[in-house]
Amino acid sequence: MSEKKGWRELMRGSDLPPASSLEYKTGSWRTLRPIWDPNKCTHCMICVAYCPDMAIPVTKSEEGVKGFNGRVFKGTVRLETNFDYCKGCGICAQECPTHAIKMVREEEAEEASK
Amino acid sequence: MSTLKPLTGAQAAAEAMRQINPDVVAAYPITPQTPIVEQFAQFVANGIVDTKTIPVESEHSAMSATVGASAAGARAMCATSSQGLALMWEVVAAVPGLRLPIVMPIVDRALSAPINIHCDHSDVMGTATIGWIQIFSENAQEVYENMLLAVKIAEDKDVLLPAMVMQDGFIISHGVENVEVFDDDKVKAFVGERNPDRYLLDVDHPYTIGPLALPDYYFEIKRQQEEAMKNAKRVYIEAGKELSKITGKTYPYFESYKLDDAEAAIVVLSSTAGTAKDTVDKMRAEGKKVGLLKPKLFRPFPYKEVREALKNIPVIGVLDRSIAFGAYAPLYAEIRNALFELDKRPKLQSYIFGLGGKDIFKSQIEKAFDELLSGDVTPEEERYIGLRG
Repeated sequence: MSEKKGWRELMRGSDLPPASSLEYKTGSWRTLRPIWDPNKCTHCMICVAYCPDMAIPVTKSEEGVKGFNGRVFKGTVRLETNFDYCKGCGICAQECPTHAIKMVREEEAEEASK
Repeated sequence: MSTLKPLTGAQAAAEAMRQINPDVVAAYPITPQTPIVEQFAQFVANGIVDTKTIPVESEHSAMSATVGASAAGARAMCATSSQGLALMWEVVAAVPGLRLPIVMPIVDRALSAPINIHCDHSDVMGTATIGWIQIFSENAQEVYENMLLAVKIAEDKDVLLPAMVMQDGFIISHGVENVEVFDDDKVKAFVGERNPDRYLLDVDHPYTIGPLALPDYYFEIKRQQEEAMKNAKRVYIEAGKELSKITGKTYPYFESYKLDDAEAAIVVLSSTAGTAKDTVDKMRAEGKKVGLLKPKLFRPFPYKEVREALKNIPVIGVLDRSIAFGAYAPLYAEIRNALFELDKRPKLQSYIFGLGGKDIFKSQIEKAFDELLSGDVTPEEERYIGLRG
């Protein structure tokens, strides 16, 4: 959606090709960014289930990943939030039983990552 | 070949629907529309058409189901009046943007409050700005032919907009006339089958319909809609020429009746145009040069053509069967707009009449003509016909 078409080039009406919502990067709406601390994470999947934008990707890990209290979590594990789609609503941080996610203002997060 | 059938305006709409044979009809009963769908439901029950009717719990659902069917690829129709149109308004407004060629007969009835079941145009005038093609019919015969035209225009690939076909509640919808019904074969060949370039049930070619469009796209999509409306004006004439081959009649944007040398003219929609034409005949016989213009295609409005037709008439009265509260009446506003480009403009007078089904008589139209002929007009003040002082 980066190149915006004129009215003559767009599909008729508001019709769109299928699965085009993937191209619509709603992450730009975000004012708060979830900062996830993998060392506090139990990979319980509560954040994944609650995320209204399916912006927390998961994967299968045979060897496991290190998380809460240095334990190794095997099987389905979460990955870093997908910031293309995360709108920063904060539900993940609210629901996380181990407080592994903190919401930080975008500009502060931006500053901290420099 | 054709057959004369005694039909009400409502039955004439149903008769057209019989020949159009839509895939889906979803509607909810409302006076005075009910006999359209009642008659059509008999065609369905008797196996004369192979339409699927969807019983729904409200007009909002009726138009929603019609939208769903149309998006799925069906030729889908609905029908309503007044409060029903008001209740389905949210969905009605969405149809042109979705570019679905739904055709809906409207039986005009006054809007509440006060509650009233009789004719005026306050129901449909509220929808004049949202992108439906709108065709007004004077009598049952015009209802029948306008329904056929509406399908042809709406489904044209350069248009793909919904269309309403208006008739006056009770006056036309419940009055029996001789209606010339043209042969099924010819009419069916004229309307053809809907052949959408894409539709949701075509699962091999998926697409998204009705997504969110924010400030970055909404405006562009609306501009497309306006282009389709411009095309509808051209396609109306093209479809009319094609229908002429069956009916032998012509389908202009409006009917001009004894306008050429007229010293005063009245502009009026729908059934009242019939009464006004009788008045014109009577006054012409007395040597008074009066004429009439009856718009048929109201959206898109043929400004240029109306201007050409009215430019040499010294004084014009416009009769509206609804009020645009705090503004010029809807038809009057269009005529006034149409004439603005002229260097020398006719004098104008706005008349409001017939609200809530109040009858209008030839004597009242004659009085209006006499006022116009005398040049006694107040272009910025409405006058009321048949209102108790």
